[in-house]
Amino acid sequence: MAYDKFNILTSTAVPLPLENVDTDQIIPARFLKATKREGFGDNLFRDWRYNNDDSPKESFVLNNPIYTGKILVGGKNFGSGSSREHAAWAVYDYGFRCVVSSFFADIFRNNCLNVGVLPVQVSAEFSELIFNAIYDDPKTEIEVNLENQTITILSTGAQESFEINSYKKENMLNGFDDIDYLQNIKGDIETFANGLLL
Amino acid sequence: MSKTLFDKVWDSHVVRQIEGGPDVFFIDRHFIHEVTSPVAFLGLKSRGLKVLYPERTFATADHNTPTINQHLPVEDPLSAKQLKALEDNSNEYGISHWGLGHQKNGIVHVVGPENGITFPGATIVCGDSHTSTHGAFGAIAFGIGTSEVEMVLSTQCIMQPKPKKMRINVNGQLGKGVTPKDVALYVIAQLSTSGATGYFVEYAGDVFENMTMEGRMTVCNLSIEMGARGGMIAPDETTFAYLKGKPLSLKGDAWDTAVAHWKTLKTDADSVFDKELTFAASDIEPMITYGTNPGMGMGISKNIPTAEAVEGGVATYKKSLDYMGYNENESMIGKKIDYVFLGSCTNGRIEDFRAFASIIKGKKKADHVTAWLVPGSHEVEALITEEGILDIIHEAGFVLRQPGCSACLAMNDDKVPAGKYAVSTSNRNFEGRQGPGSRTLLASPLVAAAAAVTGVVTDPRDLL
Repeated sequence: MAYDKFNILTSTAVPLPLENVDTDQIIPARFLKATKREGFGDNLFRDWRYNNDDSPKESFVLNNPIYTGKILVGGKNFGSGSSREHAAWAVYDYGFRCVVSSFFADIFRNNCLNVGVLPVQVSAEFSELIFNAIYDDPKTEIEVNLENQTITILSTGAQESFEINSYKKENMLNGFDDIDYLQNIKGDIETFANGLLL
Repeated sequence: MSKTLFDKVWDSHVVRQIEGGPDVFFIDRHFIHEVTSPVAFLGLKSRGLKVLYPERTFATADHNTPTINQHLPVEDPLSAKQLKALEDNSNEYGISHWGLGHQKNGIVHVVGPENGITFPGATIVCGDSHTSTHGAFGAIAFGIGTSEVEMVLSTQCIMQPKPKKMRINVNGQLGKGVTPKDVALYVIAQLSTSGATGYFVEYAGDVFENMTMEGRMTVCNLSIEMGARGGMIAPDETTFAYLKGKPLSLKGDAWDTAVAHWKTLKTDADSVFDKELTFAASDIEPMITYGTNPGMGMGISKNIPTAEAVEGGVATYKKSLDYMGYNENESMIGKKIDYVFLGSCTNGRIEDFRAFASIIKGKKKADHVTAWLVPGSHEVEALITEEGILDIIHEAGFVLRQPGCSACLAMNDDKVPAGKYAVSTSNRNFEGRQGPGSRTLLASPLVAAAAAVTGVVTDPRDLL
């Protein structure tokens, strides 16, 4: 599915310093019953965000009005567990365009790249710097520059570069997805398939 | 150049390599289910695309199906709509569909192998992380997202960078009461839930060589729980014997040709892995988890580790134990439990029911325990009856439900209530996984059976 182009994102950020945040927390299974990709943001982190009576849990960061922005900063091993792309949809639909972590689970990272959310993997040290900067001043802005592959804490100037393969980078800069590419090489695929035994 | 099993299968499926990017990777077999496919079909429709090779995709309804009264209309309108969408999309695009009520219906990772759709050397994907199950046959099998489901439907390919390679060896003799599930939970506890992220695992050593196909499936199924995209085991005579004669397996000369090829699918002697780990079977005892991810497991006779003794943040660890209502240093033995769940793509096969029956035979279900026994497929269900296991189940005060994913992810009505403890043979003990507020202890069918009859966490070796 086509998504917005991603170039430079400058935004405040929301801190969630827990480790091993799994996709069942990001979007619980009971909210996977939709047959369309709509409204998943409402249930992002549902059970951490709301009580059983649907009232907001005040202690959860998404319910704290001082933390806002298009960047979600998570702890180590973010997005583990189920392959549900609904988790990435929920992150996107809520309004995040970038998730920062010192370590991502594979499938979640892939899903993010496929739906227009940029996963930025930073060192554990830089992750600490970001959390500290946000806690010192929730208005701290973070700049994520995809072209240059850098992430910068604007208030301190601290910067780190991040990895992304050049193919995915081009896709995100242009808002393309893999199907656009694959459709263009269908001839190759059919030739390949014709040579298979099974 | 010498190649690993993984290299051999991967390299033979690369349609094109992209400089500085992923490989265009051809998929032999694609499984779809009702939850992660509807949006992919919407994508196809909006782009005006067709399914390129419908004969390579197989649909089964499992995630969101009831496990009782399957002959009646599905009550939940959202679930019913998803099931209908799977049926309609399958019909529209000419995809084989084993919907609710179909004789071959069941959990995708149970019915695939059981019908011979899975085969050695295949590349297999599904919008489900436990697709790694099929690696037991020497296939490269892994879970994908819905965007990738759309890619496979429309082009039979996905874009994947080749993962790093890890070999995990377990050698020796497994002790009494130690099952494939325990081997997997032990390895995950050693590696943590992220220890194999970025890797594809090959399991090797005599423990896996001596395992049945069902045991191998349990092990490969859980590969994702240590972060690995998948895990695989070299095909051998056990594999061929399992597949021979399955409804969709090759027949006659084609079978012989295939087997000759499959025999070449093993890691060459001098191959190098990016990481290699070796464990001793004698160190593994029946396992149980005490926390909120599958890496938080321990031998059932041990005490819950202290925050200092585990890798990772203290705050995360304490949050996890708080959620479970447990404390550091406590023993798990004797802890009261409320629910038992036998089933899932991890442990919902006939051998799992045989193991469960071996413990409950001649005993009675503990009065306060609610037990959900859910076969992985109708075929498993039929074997349970045929082998007399159903009688053992009934005599012990249990009932058998109908096939589906059920309480593993609790999308249907099989939800463990908030605060209650469930000993589950499934694959994830995340917060709320089995229902909002539910608390899950992952374990083998033997441990689950021991808990079901005693009502508390019990070492199954005491009952064997």
